[in-house]
Amino acid sequence: MNNLEAILRPPERQLPPYPPKVIVLASGEKMVVREAKREEVPTLLKAVAPLIQVERDFYDIVAARTYAELLGWLRYRVRDEYCLVGLIDGVLVGLVNGRCLSRKIGISYHTIAMRRGLRIGAHLFASKMEYHIEYLGQQEVYIVAESPIGFRRWMIEYGLEKRPQVHHELGGVMSWALTRQLYFDAKPRLVVGERPVAEDVLETAKTITVVEEAVLLGQVTGKPA
Amino acid sequence: MRDVFIVGCAMTRFGRMEGGLLDLLEEAATGAMNDADIDEPVEGVFVANMGAGILNHLSGVGSALVDRLSLYPAAAETIENGPASGGSAVKVAYYAIASGLVDLALVVGGEKMRDVTGWEATDFVATLTHPQAEYIYGATLPAFAAMFARLYMEKYGVKHEHLAMVAIKNHENALLNPYAHVQQRITMEGILHRPEAIMNNPPVAEPLRLYDCCPVSDGAAAVVLASERIASKAKKPCVRIAGIGQATDTHAVHERKDPTELKAVRLASQKAFNMAGVKPEDVDVAELHDAFTILEIAESEEAGFFEKGKGHVALEKGETSLHGRMPINPSGGLKARGHPVGATGVAQVVELTWQLRHEAGPRQVDGAQIGFSCNFGGFGNNVLCFVLAGEK
Repeated sequence: MNNLEAILRPPERQLPPYPPKVIVLASGEKMVVREAKREEVPTLLKAVAPLIQVERDFYDIVAARTYAELLGWLRYRVRDEYCLVGLIDGVLVGLVNGRCLSRKIGISYHTIAMRRGLRIGAHLFASKMEYHIEYLGQQEVYIVAESPIGFRRWMIEYGLEKRPQVHHELGGVMSWALTRQLYFDAKPRLVVGERPVAEDVLETAKTITVVEEAVLLGQVTGKPA
Repeated sequence: MRDVFIVGCAMTRFGRMEGGLLDLLEEAATGAMNDADIDEPVEGVFVANMGAGILNHLSGVGSALVDRLSLYPAAAETIENGPASGGSAVKVAYYAIASGLVDLALVVGGEKMRDVTGWEATDFVATLTHPQAEYIYGATLPAFAAMFARLYMEKYGVKHEHLAMVAIKNHENALLNPYAHVQQRITMEGILHRPEAIMNNPPVAEPLRLYDCCPVSDGAAAVVLASERIASKAKKPCVRIAGIGQATDTHAVHERKDPTELKAVRLASQKAFNMAGVKPEDVDVAELHDAFTILEIAESEEAGFFEKGKGHVALEKGETSLHGRMPINPSGGLKARGHPVGATGVAQVVELTWQLRHEAGPRQVDGAQIGFSCNFGGFGNNVLCFVLAGEK
C-alpha cells in the first residue's frame, strides 16, 4: 500500500463476528444467514447490478446505493461496514448491509430481497438489527426507509422512534432509531432462526451462487423470466 | 326462458399489474371474444366493478369499455354489488339473453386495487359493512372473518391446522395456474409449526394469519354469453348456465341469529341446484369464495357438499384436493389466484368453463361435467351461486 492509499483508507477494525443461523421459511426452505466476506463482494455486485434497472418498489435506488456501499467496502472507502447474506442451498436470495458510526451507534444501510413473497427481506433486516444490538452491543441503530415497504417493515413493525435531529448518511429524510428496548420488545415476534447451524446445511452456504439475470428480474418483478 | 351458454372466456393474470383498469378489462374482453370467435354483434356489455370510483377515480366503466372495444351501439352497464359484482354481472347478462332481449353479451369483471396502499384497499373493502353498526367502529373484513373463524373453531372443532390446510392446498393448485397471483408453495411447518412461523405467517386478526387471507390483487376476467341460436355456431364446446341462485342476509352481521351460519350461501346454493335439477353430490368441481380460509370450509358445508361442521374433516381427508372426491378451488381460489373484487365472480365462471371444456391443463379435474361457484358479497349478505354444465 502506498502512502496516499494509506491516507485514503479508513482505519480498519475487525468487527465481532455474526454467528450464522438458519431460518425455515414459509415454503419450508432453509435460509442460512451469514456474514459475507469482503472477497465475496464482486459476486454480490453481480446480483445487485441488474436490479438498478428495476423501478418497481424502489429497487433501482436501493440497488444503486447498495452497489456503491458494497463497492466502497471492497475498495476500502467505508469504515466499519459489514454485509449479511441470505442463502437457500447456496443461492443468494437477499442481503443487508450497514456499518458502525461509533461503538455505540449503528447505521442501517439497505435491505434487498432477491426472492419475494417469503418475508426474506424482513428476516434479513431482523438479522441486521440482531447483529447491531446483540453482537456489536450497540445502543441504537439509525434507520431510514426509501420505500413504502421498508417503512411498513421497519418503522411500523418495530415501532421505531423518530430522530429528526440525526442526519443519516443516506440523505436528509427523516431518521428513525431502533433502541435496545425496542429491539428486545420486538425480538419475540420478529427475530427468529436457529443456531448453531448443522454442518451439512452450513456447507451448502459456503459458496454464494447468483441466479441468472433474467431469473433474478423475474423474481423481483413478479414477471416470469 | 331461453337457455344461455358460455361460448368464450378469458382472464388476465392476477397480481400487481401494470396499466390501468380499462387496459385490464380490454385484455380480458378481447381474449374472451377471440376465444368465442363468433361473427355476430355483441348487443350488451356488462361490466362488474366494485371500486373504480374510489380506487381509480373512474366512473362509467361499462361505457368506457364499449368505446375501447368499438362495440357501439351495444348497451353498456356497470354493475356494482361489492365482491359479488362479478356474479351479479353474469346474472344480469343471463337475464338479458334468457329473456330474449339480446342474443350475445359480453361480461367483464375487473378491479385495479394496487393503485392504492394496502391500508386504503382494506378501508375501501370495509365500506361494504354497515356504516353505523360496523364501519364506524373500525370493523374490517379480516376482523369479521376472524370473529367468524373464532366462533367456528369453538363450535365445530376447526383448528389452526385446518385453516392452514386450505391455504396450502390452494397455493399448490395456484402453482398449476399461470393466471394466479400467488405462485408460492407453503408448508405446514413453515407457516404454523416452526418457531419461525410467528414471523413467516404473522397474525392479521386472530386467529387468522397472513396466509389465511387473500391477497389484494389487480385483474380482470371475461365471458361471452350467447343464446342457443348463436351457441350452435360455436367452434368450441359450450358450457350451459344451468342454475343461478342469489340470496341476501342482514347487512349487520350481529343481527343474524347464528353468526356461524351463512344463510345466504345455503339459500343461493339451493336455488341454483333446484334450477339446474342437480344435487350437490352431482357437482364435479367447485370454485368457492375463500377470501379467508375459514370461508372455504364454511361455504363447502352451506352449499351442501359436506354436513354442517364437517367440512374441515373432509378437507383433512383430502376430499377437496384436486384429485379428491369434491375438488374445491382448482384455480387456487381467492386465496392464491387472487381477489380483484369486481373480477372474482367472473373469474370463478372462467375457471369452471375451462374445467368443463377440459382445458384446465395440469389442474384439470378428471371428467368434470358439472361445476358450481359461490360468489360471496359483503360478509355473506349478498351471495350468488351458479351451476354450470358442460355441453358436447
